[in-house]
Amino acid sequence: MSEPVSADTRPNALSAWPDARGRFGDYGGRFVAETLMPLILELEEAYETAKADPDFRAEMDLFLKDYVGKPSPIYFAERLTEEFGGAQVWFKRDELNHTGSHKINNCLGQVLLARRMGKTRIIAETGAGQHGVATATVAARFGIPCTVFMGATDVERQAPNVFRMKLLGAEVVPVTSGTGTLKDAMNEALRDWVTNVKDTFYVIGTVAGPHPYPAMVRDFQSIIGREARAQMKERLGRLPDACVACIGGGSNAMGLFHPFIEDEEVRLIGVEAAGEGVETGKHAASLKGGKPGILHGNKTYLLQDDDGQIIDAHSISAGLDYPGIGPEHAFLHDMKRAEYVSATDAEAMEMFQLCTKLEGIIPALEPAHALARVRDLAKELGKDGVILMNMCGRGDKDVPQVARMLGVEL
Amino acid sequence: MTNRLNTRFAELSAYNRAGFVAYMMAGDGDSQALLNALPAAGADVIELGMPFTDPMADGPAIQASALRALEAGMTLKGTLAQAAEFRKTDKDTPIVLMGYANPIHHMGWEAFAKAAAKAGVDGLICVDVPPEEDDELRAALGKYSIALIRLATPTTDDKRLATVVANTSGFVYYVSTTGVTGAGSGAVTEVGEAVARVQRASGLPVAVGFGVKEPDQAAAIARTADAVVVGSAIVDAMHSGGVAGAQELVKRLSSAVHAARR
Ligand SMILES: Cc1ncc(COP(=O)(O)O)c(C=O)c1O
Repeated sequence: MSEPVSADTRPNALSAWPDARGRFGDYGGRFVAETLMPLILELEEAYETAKADPDFRAEMDLFLKDYVGKPSPIYFAERLTEEFGGAQVWFKRDELNHTGSHKINNCLGQVLLARRMGKTRIIAETGAGQHGVATATVAARFGIPCTVFMGATDVERQAPNVFRMKLLGAEVVPVTSGTGTLKDAMNEALRDWVTNVKDTFYVIGTVAGPHPYPAMVRDFQSIIGREARAQMKERLGRLPDACVACIGGGSNAMGLFHPFIEDEEVRLIGVEAAGEGVETGKHAASLKGGKPGILHGNKTYLLQDDDGQIIDAHSISAGLDYPGIGPEHAFLHDMKRAEYVSATDAEAMEMFQLCTKLEGIIPALEPAHALARVRDLAKELGKDGVILMNMCGRGDKDVPQVARMLGVEL
Repeated sequence: MTNRLNTRFAELSAYNRAGFVAYMMAGDGDSQALLNALPAAGADVIELGMPFTDPMADGPAIQASALRALEAGMTLKGTLAQAAEFRKTDKDTPIVLMGYANPIHHMGWEAFAKAAAKAGVDGLICVDVPPEEDDELRAALGKYSIALIRLATPTTDDKRLATVVANTSGFVYYVSTTGVTGAGSGAVTEVGEAVARVQRASGLPVAVGFGVKEPDQAAAIARTADAVVVGSAIVDAMHSGGVAGAQELVKRLSSAVHAARR
């Protein structure tokens, strides 16, 4: 067990973690090579200062409004509600953000922070390419050179995003080490950071990595939940019965959940990628199919074998194809404040098509996973229920892949 | 703590000689044969790599080596078994395990420390467990008298250096460049100053590594450092030339290091 956290440093509200060591209960922390320690301590200090600075807040707010297009609306998905035959289904429309996903909420925050810190080079890892595109976009806007590491496998299945990043002036580095997916891209980004310590800012794309990233990314993404909570109250005069979001590393889910953590009556439901089925071993469900361990700077649930070697994740969706999960989710899972379920590749494909046909909204494959569990939940909650799902990304990037899977030649 | 590491560094110091630390990956090729052959080839201390799927502080040579080892079925238990086999015939050469936290955490900090002590292991370098996170690991290693060896780097300023060298034993590993293993080496004069700084702060021997490949480079570092570590070059030699090739390189490097202060 870890060093006992004394009573006075242990946050007393579930929403008030992490503690001073960057721990969410026993999860999180700063498990990085010594070369990076001074950098993450410097980052933590810079972030704390920025957070308390009204000028930083004002700059963020302006760009969120005029550049990202905030606030994104909430939307009553009437035809899906009818189809599912139960609770009302509402979407938080973060897919309408500039660049097409929630990722830019976080990129904007981190790139503005990088500028304040005088960093002159940005690096990022990306899976689906959405975080890479969002980072390349903000970097382009501020004229900062940007390098994006992307697994070679993902470069292939997310070709449109690779081209977008290049148009935006970013250098895309295909990563062939390991298995050429998101975890390897993250390893490679960490290797780059260890090498270029002086000028480089690493923009991590999810609520993982060493402290302060999980807390910082959550804070930047919490705009999702803050807006949605106020919008629900305004439109329906009540909070939803459940908030549902897909989970890769868990940033869109944490952003939606966090402002609701103290609303005990609101269920928080995270949907992991079950790939071909959790029982087949070919999946990306770290909470369902993993055990606590240490990777990429933090302690959390990981897919691993009997020797503690990391097992490759599998998902149709490059954005969910990660063998870990943010440490705050591990904590909320163990504390039983949030529920974690999963959806398979096939379910995601079905929902991708259904949502497109019925609502005229092409969802990214990632939130299509969440929609599969919304379907069950709608029946479970019945007509009086209200479900709020984060439509965290649009599916344009997935169209070529889905066509291929449906046997259609473009 | 009197152990093989302290004894070995005391011997080296008595002869005014720098030590040669050879890194090799457990499970890559006939690693048992190489391990057993290293002392005769001139290695004063052996760093035995524990393969991990995601070695994020390592360059291409050690990454590939780890994956080959895992592919061949190497595990943490298997690594410890190789150390134990070595210890049957060599009672003096210190073995330091080097690797990443997850396999150790998975085995359990304490179970690992116990098994490592039983295998005749003298120290551990756990790359992704900095001082801020090593309380449990440190307690477990302390219980079994295994040295916890920390890394100091060019980014470690004086204030941080105090934290890094507190509670450490055996030696301090000075990483000569910001970067991954196998990358180019920092200017030798720069290393000299840093070594002196780490020696002063820790009162321990300082070994310098990351990016050392050539005998003359190793010799230049050996003039100021207590020991020189070579990893990627040996791993590559093992891969291309087998045990004989790696042995040959270790002979050349260790001779250069041992002769450096003459
Ligand atoms: C649209 C979309 N949703 C979700 C994710 C998964 O990330 P997270 O779990 O951090 O929200 C990604 C990642 O690329 C994404 O592009």
